[in-house]
Amino acid sequence: MPAILPRIKEKRIFMNTLDQFLAAAEHPERYAAKLKSEGASIIAFLCSYTPEELIHAAGLHPMRLFGTRGPIMRADGHLQAYCCSLARGTLEQALAGDLSFLDGAVFPHTCDTIQRLSDIWRLNTSFGFFADVVLPVKLDSKSAQDYFADVLGRFKAELEEWTGREITEDSLRRSIETFNAVRSSLERLYRLRSADPGIMAGSRMAAVIRGSMIMDRNELPGMLDRLIEEAESGIYREPPGKDKKRLILSGGICDHPDFYTALEDSGGVVAWDDLCTGSRFFNGTTETSGNLPAALARRYSRRLICPAKHLSTTARAERLLEIVREHRADGVIFFLLKFCDPHAFDYPWLKEFLEKHNVPNTLIEVEHQLPPEGQLKTRLETFIQTL
Amino acid sequence: MTKNNGLHGKTSPPIAMNKRMKDIMTEYYIEAKTAYQTGKKVAWITSGGPVEPLIALDIIPVYPENHGAMIGASKMGADLCERAEAMGYSGDLCSYARADIASAVIDGGPIGGLPRPDMLVACNNICGTVIKWYEALARYFQAPLFIFDTPMCHRDYHQESKDYVMKQVLELIAFLEEASGAKFDYDRMSEVGRLSIEAQHLWKEVLDTAMERPSPMTAFDGFYHLALIVTLRGKAVTVEYYRELLAEMKERVALGIGAVQNERYRLMWDNLPIWYRLKWLSRKFAEHDAALVADTYNTAWCRSLRYIDENDFLGSMAEGYSRMYLNLAVDQMAESIIEMAGKYSIDGLVMHSNRSCKPYSFGQYDIQRMVRERLGIPCMMIESHMVDERSFSEAQAETRIDAFMELIMEREK
Ligand code: SF4
Ligand code: SF4
Repeated sequence: MPAILPRIKEKRIFMNTLDQFLAAAEHPERYAAKLKSEGASIIAFLCSYTPEELIHAAGLHPMRLFGTRGPIMRADGHLQAYCCSLARGTLEQALAGDLSFLDGAVFPHTCDTIQRLSDIWRLNTSFGFFADVVLPVKLDSKSAQDYFADVLGRFKAELEEWTGREITEDSLRRSIETFNAVRSSLERLYRLRSADPGIMAGSRMAAVIRGSMIMDRNELPGMLDRLIEEAESGIYREPPGKDKKRLILSGGICDHPDFYTALEDSGGVVAWDDLCTGSRFFNGTTETSGNLPAALARRYSRRLICPAKHLSTTARAERLLEIVREHRADGVIFFLLKFCDPHAFDYPWLKEFLEKHNVPNTLIEVEHQLPPEGQLKTRLETFIQTL
Repeated sequence: MTKNNGLHGKTSPPIAMNKRMKDIMTEYYIEAKTAYQTGKKVAWITSGGPVEPLIALDIIPVYPENHGAMIGASKMGADLCERAEAMGYSGDLCSYARADIASAVIDGGPIGGLPRPDMLVACNNICGTVIKWYEALARYFQAPLFIFDTPMCHRDYHQESKDYVMKQVLELIAFLEEASGAKFDYDRMSEVGRLSIEAQHLWKEVLDTAMERPSPMTAFDGFYHLALIVTLRGKAVTVEYYRELLAEMKERVALGIGAVQNERYRLMWDNLPIWYRLKWLSRKFAEHDAALVADTYNTAWCRSLRYIDENDFLGSMAEGYSRMYLNLAVDQMAESIIEMAGKYSIDGLVMHSNRSCKPYSFGQYDIQRMVRERLGIPCMMIESHMVDERSFSEAQAETRIDAFMELIMEREK
């Protein structure tokens, strides 16, 4: 593997940017320990609709959880085996004591599973702060918008009560600016990579996104600027793979760096995605003037829709097709977690819609572990050969 | 109902009103299926949905979930679910939704499919599944969809949620007016609201007769007689029906007729019925002299009464519909079960771990633990998909029921 040598060389020189993301993504608990030693209070979340800006403005550190890739045992006593591995895996970590660095958790309304996980979490853990943020499910009406802003107002008050500190207009505005900067940097990086996928390996791009949901938000904008500069200078460049097929990854979360590697080895590359751990996370910016909770509500309602929310009956498929066209993709891979209802319900329709528009697609269903490497590669290669 | 032939489960003669129920439902489905001839509008609506404004507008409500139950009871679920899987729907999804979506495409099921909807109303006070299910229906039928969004209450019911749902009541009325072309009559609405409340009261009284020993009915009887409170609440026929059913139950009580002869043990059921095994299960428990006298499903259609104002149905329905059983937190569900267990003198809890219904099933282990701690009664679980009979293992269920009943008998000694 000739690629190994230059990679090792880069590592030594640029230890402090990409590698920081890789380290945080791979070992969030170590990163959390470091934050804690600096006095941070860490609030966990599991969903890209979490109003992280408010948590940050309260002086707390929002950290996304992704579940475990290890065995699930303790959670079995609370969640049946037909529950998605994200919910089970996260509960497992909490019950096993792997999340002792947490000061609390927040559960926005997502799917049925998360609603129940929230109750079970509250009844079986004792982290300090806990909140349900019961967001509206439909995002297409004025009354839903107003309710959204009201719910954020309630959450803000709950944070204030717990910290004993007011979240000022200024601090919230600064937080919004920070998150806007992070989101637009991530989008810039995605665009650079869409134009030239060799700029950085997919598994590394995924670590950057994941790291951005874990690391110190105050440092992130600067780090991402640096990372983009470095990426543009070509230091993270992968050896050119010839004629890689451009694919869109669509689904909930993809917490499997190995998947990107397997795909690249099979002749494909993720040119863009429609994932919670991807473009759904950074899509759209929040206005920084006027009523700020209302502005947050607007951004969360207008961004790329998740299937657990309702905008219209066709919005998701249309946006997915736009993504395919904008990024000149050769096909779509649906990457779905087993037992994830919202995504499983959308799949037949998305598939049909794509087929109507001659976009080849395939489905990969995973639990907390990927299918065995050989099997996965065969499936990917078979799909890619048809493109 | 099983006949008592002296060999199998010891159950009493069937409830006389069973026949009347069948007639009303047949009439109702004929009316719905001929709506295209009579010019009436048809709306598909979820079981926990706000149906009263539809009745007030003379729109015929049709319930895919009731249809799902019929599909299950006639054991057509596995075939339809399989068809849905061939369309790309995962076998892990709600089997009501799978069976109904497949049946829509091929006009399948026991009544040859449901009448085409002119409009769709989905209320998420029971689950998020209905949102996805109705989106699929809206695309397939090209029908307008109204989502009645009732934020989950968990532990508390908040003012902002109340305001939001109240606004949606008005939006719903505007939507229905537009989709039906009729004008909403607020006086008619008050009357419909009154009838709905009255029917819910009667339904509650019917279920309360199960507090008697022996109980004149079981939860399994309830699953059958539930159909009207779900589909036709707000109609006079429903009030009449439950009045008569209540009279029959009271008569059975007076005569000492128990649904299970020699009723010795009183059990409670949690979650939706396993539609294709109702008979089998009721016989199985009856063999052990056990009657399932209470459950969390039948009671879902009267537990909101406490939030509804008889003199202001429209103004109070937001709260009533939001505080549905499945829209509460797990610990509140447990409280409700513990309360019912006391009220109905329950000896054991039978939980249906329903792969179809995640919001109903996740949390059951915690509920079990709370029930055991507080009441010390045995609990058991049976796993299935409520209308997909491929998921049910009779042998396993049988072993579990036997072991569970042994535990209960031990305790009674
Ligand atoms: S949206 Fe899907 S993956 Fe996410 S928690 Fe819900 S069921 Fe699990
Ligand atoms: S069974 Fe459960 S998931 Fe299915 S429609 Fe009913 S409440 Fe929803």
